[in-house]
Amino acid sequence: MSELGAVILVVEDEPQMRKFIRASLTSHGYRVLEAERASEAVMMLTSHNPEMVLLDLGLPDGDGIDLTKQLREWSRVPIIVLSARGREDDKVAALDAGADDYLTKPFGVNELLARMRVALRHAQSRGADPSVQTFEFGELKIDLVRREVFRGEEELHLTPTEYKLLVLFAQNAGKVLTHRQILKEVWGPAYAAQTHYVRVHMAELRKKVEVDPSHPKLLVTEPGVGYRLRDRV
Amino acid sequence: MSEPGDRPDPDALLRRMQEAEARAKRGKLKIFFGFAPGVGKTYRMLQVARDLVTDQHVDVVVGVVEDHKRVETARLVLGLDLLPRKKVQYRGHTLDEFDLDAALARKPQLLLVDELAHTNAAGSRHPKRWQDVEELLDAGIDVFTTMNVQHVESLNDVVAQISRIQVRETVPDSVLDRADAIELVDIAPEELLERLKEGKVYLPDQAKRAAAHFFQRGNLLALRELALRRTAQHVDEDVREYREEHGVAVTWPAGERILVCVGPAPSSGRLIRAAARMAAGLRCPWVASYVESTVARPMSETDRVQLEAHLRVAETLGATVTRLSGTSVSGALLEYARKHNVTRLIIGKPTHSRFRDRMRGSLLDEVVRGSGDIDVHVISGDSTSDAPPRGATPRGGRASGWQYVSAALLVAGTLALALGLRSVMDLPDLEMLFLLAVMVSAVWFGRGPSILAATLGVASYDFFFVPPFHTFSVEDRRYFLTFAMMFAVSFALSELAGRLRRQQRDAQAREERTAVLYALTRELASTDHPGRIAAIAAQHAADIFSAKAIVLGALADGEFRALGASPEGSQLDVKDIGVAKWSYEHDALAGLGTDTLPGAEALCSPLRAGQSRLGVLALVPRDKVELRADQRAFLDVLCRQVAVALERTRLSEEAKQSALRAKTEEMRSSLLSAVSHDLRTPLASITGAATSLRDDTNLGTETRGELVDSIVDQAERLERLVANLLDMTRLESGGIALRRDWVPLDEMVGSALTRLEARLGTRKVTVSIAPDVPLVSVDPVLFEQVFVNLLENAEKYTPAGTPIEIEARSDGDRVEIDVIDYGSGVPSGAEALVFDKFYRGPHVGVSGVGLGLPICKGIVEAHGGTIRAETRSSGGAAFHISIPRGGTPPSLAPPGGGS
Repeated sequence: MSELGAVILVVEDEPQMRKFIRASLTSHGYRVLEAERASEAVMMLTSHNPEMVLLDLGLPDGDGIDLTKQLREWSRVPIIVLSARGREDDKVAALDAGADDYLTKPFGVNELLARMRVALRHAQSRGADPSVQTFEFGELKIDLVRREVFRGEEELHLTPTEYKLLVLFAQNAGKVLTHRQILKEVWGPAYAAQTHYVRVHMAELRKKVEVDPSHPKLLVTEPGVGYRLRDRV
Repeated sequence: MSEPGDRPDPDALLRRMQEAEARAKRGKLKIFFGFAPGVGKTYRMLQVARDLVTDQHVDVVVGVVEDHKRVETARLVLGLDLLPRKKVQYRGHTLDEFDLDAALARKPQLLLVDELAHTNAAGSRHPKRWQDVEELLDAGIDVFTTMNVQHVESLNDVVAQISRIQVRETVPDSVLDRADAIELVDIAPEELLERLKEGKVYLPDQAKRAAAHFFQRGNLLALRELALRRTAQHVDEDVREYREEHGVAVTWPAGERILVCVGPAPSSGRLIRAAARMAAGLRCPWVASYVESTVARPMSETDRVQLEAHLRVAETLGATVTRLSGTSVSGALLEYARKHNVTRLIIGKPTHSRFRDRMRGSLLDEVVRGSGDIDVHVISGDSTSDAPPRGATPRGGRASGWQYVSAALLVAGTLALALGLRSVMDLPDLEMLFLLAVMVSAVWFGRGPSILAATLGVASYDFFFVPPFHTFSVEDRRYFLTFAMMFAVSFALSELAGRLRRQQRDAQAREERTAVLYALTRELASTDHPGRIAAIAAQHAADIFSAKAIVLGALADGEFRALGASPEGSQLDVKDIGVAKWSYEHDALAGLGTDTLPGAEALCSPLRAGQSRLGVLALVPRDKVELRADQRAFLDVLCRQVAVALERTRLSEEAKQSALRAKTEEMRSSLLSAVSHDLRTPLASITGAATSLRDDTNLGTETRGELVDSIVDQAERLERLVANLLDMTRLESGGIALRRDWVPLDEMVGSALTRLEARLGTRKVTVSIAPDVPLVSVDPVLFEQVFVNLLENAEKYTPAGTPIEIEARSDGDRVEIDVIDYGSGVPSGAEALVFDKFYRGPHVGVSGVGLGLPICKGIVEAHGGTIRAETRSSGGAAFHISIPRGGTPPSLAPPGGGS
């Protein structure tokens, strides 16, 4: 595995959760650092410079969202937040604050590893990959140079907004994007509150991109949070 | 066996005990009683108080003491705890007043309050200081106070006769009677005159002129005697009480009872005081009675005010006040007197002419004649103003202009008719026609118009029909009789008709009240909501008393909450809230026109049913018009009705609460049994599988794989259950806040399908959402859960491989959604039950706790929608959801019409 040896900081106050994550990650070749509280995490981050942070949002001594904000002031280390169902607002806040992805507890180890891989990949290719000219997700093919989109042999006719949306998802394949992030990227910062724009245009885009738009396989909804382009169809 | 007379009367004994108990809680009152200013009452009071401080370490506070700049007095005050005075602004002056609230808050053992008869500054809680003292005593504070004999209410007249000075500040005799001790402060009149000469007696400026007359030896001797007698009377009471307490038979003047007739005339005040003195002397109960004649003209407003004032005085002097009514005043009086064993009847000396008695009959004569064995005391009225105020217009008694005009027209009509019929009718018959016109005028229009009709009738009859024609002269004398007849008929009839009308009006007024009460009772019975009851009560009270009415409910912390008001939204002034509180705490009427805070704008009446105090009804009459006594009595009845209704709702609320508690208990136990079963089953599987994996080394790879799968499976099941329980709890606690957003329906359906990908497997789910289904305003996370639960439900209860359909269409401003499956349908009769918590269909081998559909229902209803289940005619179940679209979806055009 290419990520072999990557150092992962696990910030989690629940010993059983830490034990499970440590066991799973070390068996997949990661090196694991552990922190129980936010203050400890900051120290570890400065002293060990890990390549990724798994952050539990419900820490006893501080807010995971605040920690994310603080961290983003000086570090671009990928952050995946872990949180329980029903705390969608917290997840959105953490993502908007700069976290890269989230996982809802309880989660399986495969899901965790997949998310980590996506985050690490994005971190490595960040900003330095102008050579990418095409994206392919299963049958879907996007040609950035010609601004053309194909499903199989069939060319899809997208409006400029739909194209912009699709490219944004392609560039962030596998990563969750919040409504706010999408609005900011596609429509500009002035429209950050108009979430129904995203919803309506996503519905249109799905009708063109998905094989069965009522049962999307590619552009999936993350309830209460945003959307994600699944890169393993 | 001893003689019955040797034993104390058990009733008296019981009363004694109750009184003693009440007295033990109540503070003790000691009055230092003098016969004139300057005898040294204040000095003596301070001396006694100081002795108590030094000898018995009693906590003594000086509430108010006037030292009138006399050094000896001021010296005695030194060293005693002084209560600060309250500054009251009154007509530009700052008055130092006794601070009742501070005294109540300080709550000393003994409080010194000088000058019991003092009148408080306007705006104080009580108009009189003795009322302040009453409240202090009620609060359990002992009070020392001072007063002079001329301030005793029942002696007021006597003192005025002796000294020719009318004292306005009086203290009811009942206060003296209830005093625990009266100490007479006495010096020889000579000595007092000496002190006066030396300038040692303080007199207010306005009294200085009068003082010359007041301080004469003869006067002082008379006053001293009065004071001594009054003190002795109190001692006498003490002796009597002692005797009664110890079963000593007393020569009780057998069953004496006095009745005094009261009217609006000022002389009535004198009658009342005389009756009070007589009753005190005979130690018997007395009644002040007013008889409202149903035939006499109604009283003017000023008279009524006067009468109410008299009745109030009688009440403060200890009388029972009754209002009688009847056609004959004497009859009503005597009937009441007989019924209540009255032995003496006090009545005023007539002040009108004998002629009037001849005409109308004399009340005095009638009473004396009919009195039988009742003694009748006739007492003279005040010589200065014996006539009741006149010039008052009887209400409704004066005819208006149109009535005169109508009467004249009626006569004119009659004249025309008579002229027309002249040829066919005889003269006497024509006369009857005019008589008829006069009668009709009398009955319809009253006295004035009927006299006009009579005059016009006589004139036209004379002019047109009595020879010589067309002149007013009369040849035949017998026509004069005709004219006299006409006038007599007009007088008699109009008088009779007037009486009838008045009686009718009174009956109407009574009927109206009864009707109002009936309507109120009926309306109150029709509702169980305290707010509604309060609103009904306020509305009726506002109508009846022409006032703003507010019903205040008392909260546990002693604050008030407006339950209802009329006109709606009316609020009580901050000042008046104080009145309401006082009324509530003391369970008595307070505010406008009462003894407590009479200057307030509101009149507050407590709402009390049995032992529970519920609140206060506050009335704010227009222009501060005080309520008449009959209105107050009615207010009392009304308040009782309202209180009973409120109490009823309180009790039924309590009953409901306990029923709810019982139901919650039941729910809790059914939840516990369901949850414990559903939690334990997966836990048991997980524990079993995990321990096998750990302990059993002989397991084959395949078995290990199965066990691990089962652990994962059961853990997922557990997670779903917990999630459902959490959702249900959140929905039920009402703690769910909808985060509405405009969402396309297909996004939520799609998201639900994605989430259930693994569970649905290869099952075919058809989604057909009509293109005209608009964006809906819902909470996307919650609403997705509805689809998830419905799909899960369908997956669980239908055979594997059968399709599921989701359809949606727009219907006006609602969106209709159907989730259809091809299973066995909903069990017949369970269409509503499936939405009940923990309801489980008769399926075997299906896991679940029966929360999925209740959660759907909770969410849909939170969105203002409905959900129902049915079995389709073609088999299979259908779940129909209908939700409001939630308004007009926002436009998709970027704001500002940008790119």
